[in-house]
Amino acid sequence: MNKEKIIEVKSLLKKFSSFTAVDNISFEVEKGSIFAFLGPNGAGKTTTIRMLTTLLKPTKGSIKVNGYDPVSEKNNVRNSFGIVFQDPSLDNELTAYENLVFHAVLYHVPKEGRKERIDSMIKFVGLFDRKDDYIKTFSGGMKRRLEIARGLIHHPKILFLDEPTLGLDPQTRNHVWNYIKELNKKEGMTVFFTTHYMEEAEKMADRMAIIDHGKIVKIGTGRELKKETKTDSLEMAFLKLTGHEIRDDESTTKKERMRITGKMWGTR
Amino acid sequence: MKAVYIMWLRQLKRYWRSRGRMIGFLGQPILFLIALGFGFGPIYKAAGGGDYIQFIAPGIIAMTALFSGMFSGMEVVWDKQFGFLKETLVAPVSRVSIMVGKTLGGATVASIQGIIVFIVCLIIGFRPVTLIYLPLAFVFLFLIAFLFTALATAVASKLEDMQAFPVIMNFIIMPLFFLSGALFPLNNFPKPIYIVSKFNPLSYGVSGLRMTLTEGIKVGLVFDFLILLILSGLIVAIGSYLFSNVEV
Repeated sequence: MNKEKIIEVKSLLKKFSSFTAVDNISFEVEKGSIFAFLGPNGAGKTTTIRMLTTLLKPTKGSIKVNGYDPVSEKNNVRNSFGIVFQDPSLDNELTAYENLVFHAVLYHVPKEGRKERIDSMIKFVGLFDRKDDYIKTFSGGMKRRLEIARGLIHHPKILFLDEPTLGLDPQTRNHVWNYIKELNKKEGMTVFFTTHYMEEAEKMADRMAIIDHGKIVKIGTGRELKKETKTDSLEMAFLKLTGHEIRDDESTTKKERMRITGKMWGTR
Repeated sequence: MKAVYIMWLRQLKRYWRSRGRMIGFLGQPILFLIALGFGFGPIYKAAGGGDYIQFIAPGIIAMTALFSGMFSGMEVVWDKQFGFLKETLVAPVSRVSIMVGKTLGGATVASIQGIIVFIVCLIIGFRPVTLIYLPLAFVFLFLIAFLFTALATAVASKLEDMQAFPVIMNFIIMPLFFLSGALFPLNNFPKPIYIVSKFNPLSYGVSGLRMTLTEGIKVGLVFDFLILLILSGLIVAIGSYLFSNVEV
């Protein structure tokens, strides 16, 4: 257990006015491992990823990503990771190929070999024959695949995936995970992902954290979680830890909306 | 530098692909040009002002740069809503290059729009006094476009959606336009309004365009140029700062 840590989070706290989205969490991710963040809607998974990836300033606590601080050493952190966001983040008015070129240039991928690299990534996600089509003609699954290809173009040390397989059919999901696992093994790329799918976490992740109401309820391997909760499936362990109550997705969006309106009027 | 270039290129591609929509934006300045130009023309002439088209053409070109520039800048809000801004913000590039890249792209688009309106002006009878200063006129056109694209980009970095756009239209863009001397000479304004117009950066853009296109060059041109240049630099600096604090 003395392996090098590539992500270290200590007492991380994020408040939006009176609402605490992430409540004093601490965890570590070993270099070269696959780590899953499991939690119901509105648990604070995405908020945590935003703080890890320099998009959001923490209220309190410390973070180290690849040895750098996302608050004070933003660009070093940004150079270390690739990310697939939960929501689409492609430019609809550009073609698939142009979207990837945009990314490659921003990430300083040398011109030499850039085209080959982009081509091979587009081929990998099975979109090569569509590479000159506009994103606006793509289906949700195709966009997702392209975003995964984009996140990998610059050989990141860490790959963040925020519910990466949402909306993918089983074939693609399998294909994508196989590739990510391979990169993880071959190049030692660390993978940090969030998901609702228990079986995905159990199959892919070396370790996982269950997060609910902004707090980490349990961290461990799938086996440890099952053992500690005395359940025989991860799904049961998850329900035991987070309760059976159905989460009101609406309430979080309402909060989010209030935050946005507040921001617009400068009140926060 | 490459980051600036790729962002500039993206804006131009988007412009070219939606040129139908963008040309629609030319409707307003052209309407102003024709309705006011021919509507007020006789009155202006009777009052001893000379040819009104000659007077407002530079103003309408400045208006095009202002409107198109502001609108291009506001595209950042769309980027935010469609998620693309996140992709730009997690990239390991300086916020200054994001601000400059976006502004240069929008300013180029707005300048092209301005040139199209310039050509329309020529068609309906506008005649620059001399063509020697035409390159200088384009410099001023670009400066106006750059300044207001930068302003809109900086403002848009703080906005979450397009709901605020009508407010900006009514409380920033329109006053800037009407108090700039684009449509009527400034020195006939009542004193308080005249003073306000001196704080309006567009006044210097209009003045610069007018000198290079119709009035001939005076010492004030250097002043106009410097004001626009310094303000542009200032707003790019503020915008870069705002971008480094954007949370998405």
